[in-house]
Amino acid sequence: MLKIDALTKRFGQNTAVDAAQVSVDRPTMIGIIGRSGAGKSTLLRMVNRLSDASSGTITFEGEEITALRGAAKRDWQSRCAMIFQQFNLVPRMDVVSNVLHGTLNKRSTFATMFNLYPQADIHKAIEILDRLGIAEQASKRAEALSGGQQQRVAIARALMQDPKIILADEPIASLDPMNAQVVMQSLRDIHEQDGRMVIANLHTLDTARRYCDRVIGMRDGRIVFDGTPAQLTSGVARDIYGAGADFSEAATSTEIETLDRSAQQKAYA
Amino acid sequence: MAEISASGAPQSVAGIQSSYLAQVQRRRFYGGLTLLIFVILMVSGFNIADDRNAGGFWEGLHQIGDYPADVLSEAWEKRADLPGLIAKYVPALVETINIAAVSTLIGVAGGIFLSLLGTRGLARWPRLIPLFRRISDIMRAVPEIVIALVLIFVLGGGPVPAMIAIAIHTAGALGKMFSEVAENADLKPVEGLASTGATWSQRMLLGVLPQVAPNYISYSLLRFEINIRASAILGFVGAGGIGYELRNAMAWGPGRFDEAAAIFILLFGTIVFFDQVSSRYRNRLTEGQGQ
Repeated sequence: MLKIDALTKRFGQNTAVDAAQVSVDRPTMIGIIGRSGAGKSTLLRMVNRLSDASSGTITFEGEEITALRGAAKRDWQSRCAMIFQQFNLVPRMDVVSNVLHGTLNKRSTFATMFNLYPQADIHKAIEILDRLGIAEQASKRAEALSGGQQQRVAIARALMQDPKIILADEPIASLDPMNAQVVMQSLRDIHEQDGRMVIANLHTLDTARRYCDRVIGMRDGRIVFDGTPAQLTSGVARDIYGAGADFSEAATSTEIETLDRSAQQKAYA
Repeated sequence: MAEISASGAPQSVAGIQSSYLAQVQRRRFYGGLTLLIFVILMVSGFNIADDRNAGGFWEGLHQIGDYPADVLSEAWEKRADLPGLIAKYVPALVETINIAAVSTLIGVAGGIFLSLLGTRGLARWPRLIPLFRRISDIMRAVPEIVIALVLIFVLGGGPVPAMIAIAIHTAGALGKMFSEVAENADLKPVEGLASTGATWSQRMLLGVLPQVAPNYISYSLLRFEINIRASAILGFVGAGGIGYELRNAMAWGPGRFDEAAAIFILLFGTIVFFDQVSSRYRNRLTEGQGQ
């Protein structure tokens, strides 16, 4: 389905992503882990075409994504939803309007200006909100919601796009552990129930282990690990994070259960 | 909006959908109504204004290019004289720019005081904030040309009344803009300085001005461009400078249009020049902020 081939991004002298090579043949939930500055965000932004690649190609179902321009590029972006760390909603607009923004690629600027969304879309938006458990907030302004609720609105906007791929750039980094769990579980449910591909940048190992089918480790722009969560041993994790022998998984954890980790870990496995 | 969520009890999806749709329809209705009123007001207002107009808008519309065409054709015929005429009017242009520069400097100083005295959290006398705000309102409410006419009547024609008139307007306008910038300034350094026993002016000078300086300078440069145009216009009412020469050239009518064209070229060139200089400088200031 998705094939990333020798994808490289340079900023002046620095190489943020260095010849990344990824191939995905069926909808999978993929977690990308690595230190800050390892190139995780840059990689996702290139897949969504928010930023252009310096060299290399991305191919999705035979279509070369990196070559798209103008309307074709925006059409790809509507099929490839993105979720951000800081939610990136329009704070002063109500929740349903923010979700309806997922259909902007199909609407003219004129219709957008006069808020002329079809009734069916409005119904669908509220159904998606209900699925994520925040339908009661429908008419509130986005800025009045808590962080976890805002991130679910962002997920609803992504679902409104009816995308093939959902990219999530540190979706839980600004959330407390409880909300983080709700958001990650929503992404997992979307993957399992709708069969959409989900690629999430995560800064904690245990989240990647718990929710993802496949883990990609990045270090200094290069992909240094690509395998199942089971293959991700402590030694490999030390390599990815460039840490010494004193590194423990609990040090990067944001889970509540970390304290009684040993019992929990068996349950997840 | 609040009544929907205030109930607290979980509603059915269908209920939320219909109440949200009702809300959307209400919003669309109000939006459409506003648009309709706007269009009606615009059309009827235009018609009233057009009826009262001596010539009429549609009858006069096709003549709009006549005057510029006269000026341009005459200037083209006498194009050989243009460089000489431009050189002849440079001293008048310098006078106009001088008026603008001096009035901008004085206006900026006045604007800084008005803004600091009229900003909540910074003011020297918090109770007098409304007073200083109204002073700056009045200063920018009265058009420069009115102040200039009064002053020319009192002091006689010349650059000084024009300079005072523009400075007063600039102080009022910048006082408003500066105080909006100062409202967003971080008060922690001011508190830190107050804890050392600094006076109000020391706190403002060291705690506030460094924070707001890039924005203040950027607004001042914009104001300088506006003031060049203002001081050229004040020449029409006898304040000297290039505006005075322009009025003479235009009032003489055909025959002196080459002089009018030379003055237009000078004015245009000056404004482009200062626009370029100040935008380059402003860019450097904002980029400097990011580093």
